[in-house]
Amino acid sequence: MRELGKQQIEDIALGATVLGTGGGGDPYLGKLMALNAMAEYGNVKMITHEEVPDDALVVPIAFMGAPVILIEKLANGNEAKDALKMLEEKLGKKAFALMPIEAGGMNSMAPLALAAELGLPIVDSDAMGTAYPQLQMVTFTLHDIPSTPLAQADEKGNRVLYETISNLWSEILAGNAIIPMGGACVIACYPVLGKQLKKAGIHDIVTYSEEIGSAIREAKNNSLNPVKTLIEKANGHLLFEGKITDVVRNTEGRFLKGLIKVEGLNDFSDSKMDIDFQNEFLMAKVNGKTVAMVPDLITIVDTETAKPITTETIKYGFRISVIGMPGNEQWRTEKGLEIVGPNAFGYSEEYQPVEKLNQ
Amino acid sequence: MAKQKIGIDVGGTNTDVVVLDQKNNVVAKVKTPTTGDITTGILQGLKKVSISKSVQKENVTHIMLGTTHCTNAIVQRKGLAKVASIRIGSPATHLIPPMMDWPEDLKAAVDGHHFIIGGGYEFDGRLLNNLSEDELNEVFNRIKNKVDAIAITGVFSQINSEQENEVCEFFHKKLGKNFPVSLSHEIGSVGILERENATILNAALYPIARDLTDAFNIAVSTMGFNAEIFFGQNDGTLMSVDYARKYPIFTIACGPTDSIRGAAFLSGIQDGIVIDVGGTTTDVGVLVNGFPRESAVSANISDVRTNFRMPDVLSIGLGGGTIIKTVDEQVSIGPESVGFKLSEEAIGFGGATATLTDIGILSGKMNIPEAKSITQIRDQLESKFSKTDEFVKNVLVKIADLTKDVIDSLKTNAEDIPVILVGGGSQLMPDKISGTSSITIPEHYEVANAVGVAIAQISGEVEKVYNIGGTTREQVIEETKSLAIKDAISAGADKKTIEVIDSEDIALAYLPNALKVKVKVAGDLLV
Repeated sequence: MRELGKQQIEDIALGATVLGTGGGGDPYLGKLMALNAMAEYGNVKMITHEEVPDDALVVPIAFMGAPVILIEKLANGNEAKDALKMLEEKLGKKAFALMPIEAGGMNSMAPLALAAELGLPIVDSDAMGTAYPQLQMVTFTLHDIPSTPLAQADEKGNRVLYETISNLWSEILAGNAIIPMGGACVIACYPVLGKQLKKAGIHDIVTYSEEIGSAIREAKNNSLNPVKTLIEKANGHLLFEGKITDVVRNTEGRFLKGLIKVEGLNDFSDSKMDIDFQNEFLMAKVNGKTVAMVPDLITIVDTETAKPITTETIKYGFRISVIGMPGNEQWRTEKGLEIVGPNAFGYSEEYQPVEKLNQ
Repeated sequence: MAKQKIGIDVGGTNTDVVVLDQKNNVVAKVKTPTTGDITTGILQGLKKVSISKSVQKENVTHIMLGTTHCTNAIVQRKGLAKVASIRIGSPATHLIPPMMDWPEDLKAAVDGHHFIIGGGYEFDGRLLNNLSEDELNEVFNRIKNKVDAIAITGVFSQINSEQENEVCEFFHKKLGKNFPVSLSHEIGSVGILERENATILNAALYPIARDLTDAFNIAVSTMGFNAEIFFGQNDGTLMSVDYARKYPIFTIACGPTDSIRGAAFLSGIQDGIVIDVGGTTTDVGVLVNGFPRESAVSANISDVRTNFRMPDVLSIGLGGGTIIKTVDEQVSIGPESVGFKLSEEAIGFGGATATLTDIGILSGKMNIPEAKSITQIRDQLESKFSKTDEFVKNVLVKIADLTKDVIDSLKTNAEDIPVILVGGGSQLMPDKISGTSSITIPEHYEVANAVGVAIAQISGEVEKVYNIGGTTREQVIEETKSLAIKDAISAGADKKTIEVIDSEDIALAYLPNALKVKVKVAGDLLV
């Protein structure tokens, strides 16, 4: 068990945005949200998965909605409490701890404000190790852990409880309720017991986010190259360096899909990179040749500061570096690839690990 | 009679004044030291330029001012208004209160209570919550006689500004219709915290803007000009005095913009790199279609986060006043500068500090009649640095390296790109820089900023989120464009010259049919 203070929060928000591969929300809002709650209720305690008793209940808390809505219509702050209460009533059991479901600027912070208010610890684990666009894309699905009962709450006080026949159905039904709710909501879902979490979760991920965030921050103070520092810290590969020349965005169904075109600079001059995204970056190609794909992590950072850039804010003219990192081992299995591999996102290409593509 | 217009740039060191004829030819130019009160410097400049035979006061129809006065007021926390900040959006937005991460001293200078009241809209224009008269009365009782200005920010006021306007009317009824109120839908784009910050800063600048516009009006009429007055804003376009009084925040960072635009105009080059060599820094920016390329990352004003249009400019500590020395027998340039004390401290002006201006004179690149002779400067440098010729050569190589690096990081591709040099220290730059296709030092390079503000355009910009169900992307972009054009015309632009200078649309994740559209147009000032 350890306590998270202001500096840790800032580092976690930044590092989680690196792992969020373009999704998971704005780290600035995430940071302020957590700090505001902590200023009122005190610091949050974080425990490791090993510290959770086998029969104790852990509840993931997450924002669900369009990041562009979240930056305008900030949450009330009671949504998470409402959703958790509804879930606890249904289960007849109190949460022992909360946890994030994915890495990302907002969603790594989502459980923190409520944890501060209720005096509950958060667990240093999540269920993606990165950010993915759909609710069923969690390691819990690999272990047949149901997403329901799932409670969804908006800032107006509306609450919906779901019982579904599959995690995909939760995604469909809860996703559809977001629009009438005004584009954003908070969910409490995948209630897990300690023993389930230990087996199915991606562990020490918050600490890992913090380490990445602090490496970026300290690189600047120590006159180190922030991008190089990040690559070393995250076991990454520099896939490309260049300047964004075009961003094409399309809505397909409920998703923001698009393509980012980059022209190379320095070691990559005369080369071009294309990056596909669906809320998160999925596939990166240099001169037509794939250099990284899901479930490996593709992250775009500002070349000067190594600050990560999210899909809703990326723009023409940004000077960026693209970094590929190996995805979590759970996702690199046959079953994992079925859910979040290239085929799951409509690509015909077979998955190849980033380290193999960049030998 | 042939009409004329005047551009004034108030910089950190000098106040530059230029007079342009109807075809935008420079007919007169002066440089005079900037003064603490700004007005005296402007008066001096106008006085000097009026002496020129080619300037006819009665023919001057427009005077444009580019100034960093508002930026400085925020940086120094001086003369700012106490602002009541009212956010319309409860039950949403309580998660992060207004001004949460402002620097403490700036917050203390500006914050005269902040509130989150019931109201706001959804992304699709549906009502989030109603306004409550009782709540407004309560706010009024709390702020009565305690604040100088009000800032109002409503959730999705970009979609529907009705509630912001209603709250404004309420306070105008209570406090008088001239009480300064700043409305967020007129200030910024989607992203409530950044827009709210900008709206509060704008309200805080009201007294500064009032004094500045009054002083400028007086300076102009004292000098016997009967011209219309404009202010330069940070996107390279102009605004009227009335507009500047209402939206002083838009004058922030207009300096680099003016120099890039001025460089484009003076050189005739529309796409390239502009290097503005001043006294303390060299600012390097990118020119795209005659306009400065905007910065990608969100712009902070004195550590307050905003989402403003700011030119993408990199600054390096290299200018006429930059101090040079040797460290471990290697040439070291800046970033320290003697600044406005150049004419006292530089060796070339009788001082004891070796500056880049001295190197400029010694190398024959700069010709400054009032400075000491090359022999005198050489003697004094010789006593500081042995092997003077080699030293001078090394300094010039270093300047070339620094410049090449900064150009490289701004370029979008490996192709050689034209470079335009402006600013008083332009001659310090090398004749050749690798990665560039040409280097142009246009006529009047030393007053490019003042020329930039004199030729600035009038713009209009609109950003909205649409539900495109039942319509098309093209239709909503067209609608946004016509709103922007309407904006520009009402600000004084000539309809015939208006062109779209930026158009962007973003589909919103998780929401079918929701499209965020932003269009910016600009046109010549209607003379």
